[in-house]
Amino acid sequence: MSDRIRLVDAATISALARGCAILGTGGGGEVYTGSLIARQAIGDHGPVRVVTLDELPDDGLLLPLGMIGAPTIAVEKIPNGGEAIRFRHHLERLTGKTAVAVMSSEIGGSNGLLPVAWAARLGLPLLDADSMGRAFPEVHQVAQHVAGHHPELIVLTDERGSVVTLQVVSGAWAEAVARAVTVAFGGSAAMADYVMTVGEARGAVIVGSVSRAIAIGRAVIGSREPVATLCETVGAFRLLEGKVVDVERTTSGGFARGSVVVEGVGVDVGRALRLEIQNENLVAFEDGRVRASVPDLICVIDAVTADAIATEHVRYGQRVAVIAFPCDPIWRTARGIETAGPRAFGYEFDYETVEALVAAG
Amino acid sequence: MRPADLRIGIDVGGTNTDAVLLDRNAARLARAKTPTTPDVTAGIDDVLRLILERGAVAPERITHVMLGTTHATNAVLERRRLDPVAVLRIGGPATHAIRPLFGWPEDVRAAVSVGETIVDGCVEFDGRETTPFDRDAAARFLTSVGTSARAVAITAVFSPVSGAHELAARDLVREVLGDVPVSLGHEVGSLGLIERENATVLNAALTGVAREVGAALERALQRHGIDAVVYFAQNDGTLMGLDYAMRYPVLTIGSGPANSLRGAAYLTGVNDAIVADVGGTSTDLGVLVGGFPRESAAAVEIGGIRTNFRMPDVLSIALGGGTLLAGTPEAVVLGPRSTGYELTRRALVFGGSEATMTDAAVAVGRASLGTHAAPRDMGALFAAAVAAADVLVADGVDRMKVGRDPRPLVAVGGGSLLIADSVPGVSEVLRPRDHDVANAIGAAIALASGRWEGVIHLDGDRAAALETARERACERAIEAGADPGRVEVVELDEVPLAYLTRPAARVTVKAAGPLGWL
Repeated sequence: MSDRIRLVDAATISALARGCAILGTGGGGEVYTGSLIARQAIGDHGPVRVVTLDELPDDGLLLPLGMIGAPTIAVEKIPNGGEAIRFRHHLERLTGKTAVAVMSSEIGGSNGLLPVAWAARLGLPLLDADSMGRAFPEVHQVAQHVAGHHPELIVLTDERGSVVTLQVVSGAWAEAVARAVTVAFGGSAAMADYVMTVGEARGAVIVGSVSRAIAIGRAVIGSREPVATLCETVGAFRLLEGKVVDVERTTSGGFARGSVVVEGVGVDVGRALRLEIQNENLVAFEDGRVRASVPDLICVIDAVTADAIATEHVRYGQRVAVIAFPCDPIWRTARGIETAGPRAFGYEFDYETVEALVAAG
Repeated sequence: MRPADLRIGIDVGGTNTDAVLLDRNAARLARAKTPTTPDVTAGIDDVLRLILERGAVAPERITHVMLGTTHATNAVLERRRLDPVAVLRIGGPATHAIRPLFGWPEDVRAAVSVGETIVDGCVEFDGRETTPFDRDAAARFLTSVGTSARAVAITAVFSPVSGAHELAARDLVREVLGDVPVSLGHEVGSLGLIERENATVLNAALTGVAREVGAALERALQRHGIDAVVYFAQNDGTLMGLDYAMRYPVLTIGSGPANSLRGAAYLTGVNDAIVADVGGTSTDLGVLVGGFPRESAAAVEIGGIRTNFRMPDVLSIALGGGTLLAGTPEAVVLGPRSTGYELTRRALVFGGSEATMTDAAVAVGRASLGTHAAPRDMGALFAAAVAAADVLVADGVDRMKVGRDPRPLVAVGGGSLLIADSVPGVSEVLRPRDHDVANAIGAAIALASGRWEGVIHLDGDRAAALETARERACERAIEAGADPGRVEVVELDEVPLAYLTRPAARVTVKAAGPLGWL
């Protein structure tokens, strides 16, 4: 789909950040802090090589890394930067294998950027892949789970050097225990989960994520018509262009939930979309009918600049475009839909692809 | 004995320095406008002289002077007269992933910093200390920078929740470096470590500029025989006392738009409205919510440095009285070039040779001013220009609106005659008297305010926690000069924190009240 990226240097970070924000589908945490962290690490330790699974030894250990917890806390209590060293040390000791690459556990949002910093720090390459191809709220909503892997080994660490190793029996337990540890750490932690070898990762991760995020950023940054360019780059359908006329927010079960109503302007006048949110944008409804839903990606972007607008920054009066585009094929398998389709988020309807929904009109 | 009952509001803008003289009931006795001088202080001196002449009042009757000024903004933008700052962060072992001032433009960093360090110390979001403040490391850093630092900026993790580490570090600075000015993060910015630290460092660097302005203003007042209490306008449309302004000069950045919004509210008596401040080059659209400027949600950059200030949310469009017209009636081009302050020399209705928006407004009958008639043969171009300007304004208003319901539009500023009498989506267009000195009036009638921010748990006694937050904000407003009997909470914002097992929210409270001795 897009050119493969072989190196992430300081100049690449702004494009990567733009792309990660789009793939965050409204969630995943803001990318500004992550960009600074990545730039500083590259400045201190040099640029990061980006590799594919084929370039790595089959029995080499992959480090899928990301932050877990409240984004509001992560922008205040910024990481130490040395988390990666503890991850490598502990995971190599526990598995008896040698770490060969870092992978982002979630390309959408800030977790698309921090692994760049950790890879730079370790002098390891970054795998051109991630666990989601987007952002999702729960620990087990990852491609590895869809492929039948268990989280088995989860390592959490804080900035002080505490390390907690979890062996859990299921994804649901992983979620519960990891979250409790995160709260004890102060609401934010670095986490390695679904740790596996390069061989095991084949077919169990979403490939090309880093290249894709950078391609999105580069296309949009240079474009005279950013919205059209973005849609073309990711294969998105423009669901509606309009104005935000209603925003509702609540928190329950530790998640930010809410809804946003966008009323059409210009060619879309007379139409309206209602987006439902749980950290990320989950479903777009029009007149009670589903126009797009998870696991496909739904983004609210600035109508002029095509900048992603995070759910917490959506507010009345903004001129936005709502776009939706297909998720990775892994999510469209039966187990993928079961894990992250509408029913996984409590909805009573079956998943249909955004292509089919758009074709149905 | 003659009564002492008058106040003067001054606003130093990009083009003009305005002043108004108000009595106890805020009735306007006199007004004055002078060009802003490169040395801003001379302009203030001029406008004071003028306002006293026009008001024909004894200077002893002036009890309060409120100043809105661009001194601090200009110092940052021009990288001039900034003080060298020692930058101390208390955040280790966290936060090392972004060093202080990382990402700053090199020239500002060179102009501002004499050294940066991160020492250990951490408080969590709920206020518990998990890493003690490393006093010894901080002392070593302060000793190493020594007298090269003219100010110290101290920022600690979660200091808006607990300022204890920052306060301990301030006491240490007193011991090691003596009476050097200190800026504390929890008094300057809100949550978001890097943005708050940036604001705190800028604040420290502006200490010298602030003292100069304070001293110059006092000298000017003395020269004119005025013995008054001095207040500075800040970016949320409220006032801070001279002492406070000397400590927090960075808060004066953005006071111009805030003053004009508050002035518009005062002059019309309308608290919820869109305000269009039309100048010579641009139109600033802002929103009044409950009598205060709506604040911008996006991060604000000042001179290339990202901060988390509470700035008025302003949409600037390139349309003003001096905007130059080009093109044809079928395809008219508005600006973006403008005559600026030379309008009265260059516009056609003033005998000049360039077609401006003011000429168009005169030609269609929206305004009657100037010394010459608008040329008749350009009628079609003028009509097209006015129509295009109306579209720009209507679109801007629609972007800024706060709700579905039509709100009034208050037109202020020297160029406000450009605004049509009816604008789509607007209930009515209000054109108050003295609209062209709305900013100076906004400064003169502003309230004193205080703000509190922190994280509260929602599963405990939420009502009690909110009540404490309200009380803290009110205490701070009273400290800033508000009348204890009339201070009230004007804003309460509660944002839930995601991903925690125990529900918590970040709460921001602002309280404000009229000045205690007015």
